[in-house]
Amino acid sequence: MPVWERSSTARVVPPARPRKLAKVPFVELADGRLQGVVSSGSDIGRVYVSSIAAGTYAFACSTNNNRPCGGARGTFCNHIRALVGEAVLQYGAERVARYLKAETPGGEPDAEALVSVMTGTRPAQGDTSAAAPVFSRFLRHLAYLELEPTTAPLPEMQWFPATRTAA
Amino acid sequence: MRTDLLTDPVDGLDEALAAVDAFDRVLVAGLLRPQPAQAAGLAALAHSVAGTPLASLVAEAADKAAAGAAGEDHLVALAAARTALMGSVHDALTDRVADATGRPRAERSTRDTPADTPGANVLAAARAWLCDLARAGWQGIDHELVSGAGPVVSAMLPDPRLRRQATLLDGFAAELAASCPGATLERVPVRRWADLWTRALLLTLPGAARTPAADTVTGRLLPLGVDVQEHATAVQAQVHAVLEPSDGSAPRLVRAAVSAPKPDTVVGAGLWQLLRPRMSLLGAAGEGRAVELDAMPVTAEGDLVWDDERARTGESADPFATARVILSTAADPVTAPLDRHPAGIAVPVLVEGYTAEREDDGPLTFTLAGHRLTVDTERVPAASPLTPEAVAASGACLGLLRWDAGEFVLQPLAVETTVRKKTVALHAGAWAGGTTDKLGARAEKAATDSVAVLRERAGKLLRK
Repeated sequence: MPVWERSSTARVVPPARPRKLAKVPFVELADGRLQGVVSSGSDIGRVYVSSIAAGTYAFACSTNNNRPCGGARGTFCNHIRALVGEAVLQYGAERVARYLKAETPGGEPDAEALVSVMTGTRPAQGDTSAAAPVFSRFLRHLAYLELEPTTAPLPEMQWFPATRTAA
Repeated sequence: MRTDLLTDPVDGLDEALAAVDAFDRVLVAGLLRPQPAQAAGLAALAHSVAGTPLASLVAEAADKAAAGAAGEDHLVALAAARTALMGSVHDALTDRVADATGRPRAERSTRDTPADTPGANVLAAARAWLCDLARAGWQGIDHELVSGAGPVVSAMLPDPRLRRQATLLDGFAAELAASCPGATLERVPVRRWADLWTRALLLTLPGAARTPAADTVTGRLLPLGVDVQEHATAVQAQVHAVLEPSDGSAPRLVRAAVSAPKPDTVVGAGLWQLLRPRMSLLGAAGEGRAVELDAMPVTAEGDLVWDDERARTGESADPFATARVILSTAADPVTAPLDRHPAGIAVPVLVEGYTAEREDDGPLTFTLAGHRLTVDTERVPAASPLTPEAVAASGACLGLLRWDAGEFVLQPLAVETTVRKKTVALHAGAWAGGTTDKLGARAEKAATDSVAVLRERAGKLLRK
């Protein structure tokens, strides 16, 4: 077997790159979608749940109370564009492109190229049924901050070494 | 250190690992419809433990699994066999390390206190999920299967007594999720996922997780360095140190860990910020200070279960001085039976007088007395002044001796380099307690802002 396959500490998922969280507090590549939560520009108490499906680029954007986003008609709204931008910061453009199955012409993709490739296919507007599960994943994500640190040793963390190289 | 011993072959190692590999390949395609090659792999595992008390149990499990009819108990038996093999590899390697360092080994006190085993229901759910994974195989995983771990992890995380299981399952499931669907995977981390599956399955059994701290220690703690481990949603910092007991008994190597679940966007300096308030030792280690312990709880494996009330930061103590003066006489702790696995080997050593080399794209190596030791600079945490360049230019290195993929490697915890004819020490954990370094301070600020945003959001949304 190759060395990587025989390694107990092979790096499988690169760690997230640091980014500012104010505009897009949550983004993930999961359930076959790029999805996340985008802060409203005008109302501090409101957030939008935005997503793009891998392969079809079907997009959806609505508030956490399931009111449709006025901008997401016919094409990507600004929330979805912000989501792509922050996903590229967190995961690197290449990983986002691979996950969404979006091939950008030329070399290293960037957020702008990704958006233009996807909107160029005139993607359909998806339904907002994913909004509730995405929002609950965001709440679960936030709940991690509420959990107490412990000083009992976790021997299994030896399988998860720190990694200098980010995504 | 006798580095020549680290490159000498270890008797029986290849045979033991061949049996492990044979079983690990079985898990790639899964146990739903086993093929002849998989039956052979299962038989190889069973054969390898034929002379042990596990023999008949594992032989039966291998037969059932080869027929596509393995139940939970059979899969647990197979995991036990693999754990025993890896345990034997661990023992052979730690014996070799002890020969190389020439240090004494601590006696294991066999005082096993009965541990309470909370969460029987959720552990049973975890076991069921792991058994489904083994049936599907790594090539058969999909989002639906992998997401089954979510509710289990959510139920476990709030109970600190289930943190070991929860943290492992969470990290494992995140890797699997990022690799879905398995059918299109270009390559599979064969040994790693089999390791994680095996350990996770055993940890669902009553009493498998470690017994609580049974003893206490009093004396002076001299930190050697800080090791950081992280996955997307958890972090652990482990301080390696020499303890000089105040009763005049021999010095011993101990560890103190602090860990926390975290959102994946908390990285870099944010990790230190999460952990710092829970363990004053991080600050002491970062500043290079000794700590006086008064009746600090300790496990039979030499893990301090840290309590700030029982610690007082003392005078300054240079880790390199500790390593040069006391390390060679300090006894190495003994690993708990179920935790014996090569991935857990992390032995503090001091190496000096080497030639550092890097060939093109290859890893950094130190050559000592004609023998090469690979240096794993990847393991240094991101929020740290210790860089791969500094390691490559160093003249002395305090590190952890580890073993992976067939060879010993050195993980640097600190190095000494010469800058304008002066010796300068750089520590991986120098920023653990905070920093005035310009780069470090900027990273701290960014991390503070990130956590503030998340806390503000959590305050608004979680308590509605």
